[in-house]
Amino acid sequence: MTSSGDYFDPYEKTNRKIHAFNIALDRAAFRPASKGYVTVVPDPMVESFSNFADNLSMPKNMVNALLQGNPKLFGQALARFLMNTTIGFAGLADPATEFGLPPAQTDFGETLYVWGAREGAYVELPILGPSTERDAAGTLVDFFLNPIGYARNNPADNITAYAEIVQRMGDRGKFADTIDSILYESEDSYAQARVIYLQNRRFELVGAGSETYADPYDDTFPDDTYEDPYAE
Amino acid sequence: MPSNSFTRRSFTATALSALGLAMLPAPVLALSEAGARKLVDTVVAEINRVIASGKSEAAMIRDFEGIFAHYADVPTIARYALGVDARRASNAQLGAFTKVFQGYISKKYGKRFREFIGGKIEVKTARPIKAGYEIRTTAYLSGEAPFEVIFLVSDKSGRDRFFNMFIEGVSLLQTERTEIGAMLDRRKGNIDQLIADLAKVG
Repeated sequence: MTSSGDYFDPYEKTNRKIHAFNIALDRAAFRPASKGYVTVVPDPMVESFSNFADNLSMPKNMVNALLQGNPKLFGQALARFLMNTTIGFAGLADPATEFGLPPAQTDFGETLYVWGAREGAYVELPILGPSTERDAAGTLVDFFLNPIGYARNNPADNITAYAEIVQRMGDRGKFADTIDSILYESEDSYAQARVIYLQNRRFELVGAGSETYADPYDDTFPDDTYEDPYAE
Repeated sequence: MPSNSFTRRSFTATALSALGLAMLPAPVLALSEAGARKLVDTVVAEINRVIASGKSEAAMIRDFEGIFAHYADVPTIARYALGVDARRASNAQLGAFTKVFQGYISKKYGKRFREFIGGKIEVKTARPIKAGYEIRTTAYLSGEAPFEVIFLVSDKSGRDRFFNMFIEGVSLLQTERTEIGAMLDRRKGNIDQLIADLAKVG
């Protein structure tokens, strides 16, 4: 599975239009803003804001861990949240990692996977980028799942959304060369984003260690084993 | 635009693919995990020496190409990247393609050498797979959460070389087959044109 770049993309025509929109948006606004952000703001602060966003996502992770029937992950997310919110200055620092707590990121897309939902078609979402039908549904649910972001009369209205935008700008700026190479130097950036997203997402969900590694020698060395001329 | 799953780890990871590619020494197959770890350390040190040499980027990319050519089964990787079109290519075309592909990979990933400064890769486990061995490693880069890099090694080319790697699940073979396939499509399947253009990339 993890080695598979297979995709199901019946909406490719629409997806490519959204991709073109996302590229235009990145070129005009997100890329320059992000590069400016990481140039002007010192690295430790960029890191702090990223930690802050991670910490705000912990309640969502806790809810999903419960829904997945994963008490261990729930405990890790809870411990992280308590530790980083208190001695981590409201999440700006990350003492939990210093103390060796493993990362505790999950989402409703993963919950759907655990529940047995199928991946569905590949979709590219406006602004948010590559996804699948299952993950797109997950993203929507996560938005409402986060108790902090959704609380009524919350004095810090929308703070989760703002924090995530700032975090994404940090990532976009920090890894600018890599992202630029996918979006602007690739022959077909839509196909590159698709193959990289799907492999990475399947790796996150299923993990590595699949027995289905593509074997380039099957083709190159036909006398290695009995060949099945009908296999390809 | 980054997506949820283009995590910070995977970005750096992708950036480093080729560096990692260069890190698997040849005689791993017959070795124990401990032996593999030692050899990986040797090659990591070799890469670090290139970085520390203070050479120009162009010179470092040349060094990297040498390492890639020596430790990777480039003809097999190139052939896989070409996909089914490799079957209709002449031997001359395959040879020429392999040569420009090697340069293309070296330039594409060699540009990212500096992201590896201060990093290290530790071999975790080794186990047999159909084509050879799977070596799981963890990459530690300064300022990054550790991430998993898997190398696949085989001796089917005649000696032990690696033929694929996965960084956070992203396979070099799959990713490059997609890219080369897109290039070929855009050139209406003209392999000679692909070879000429690939030589200019980077």
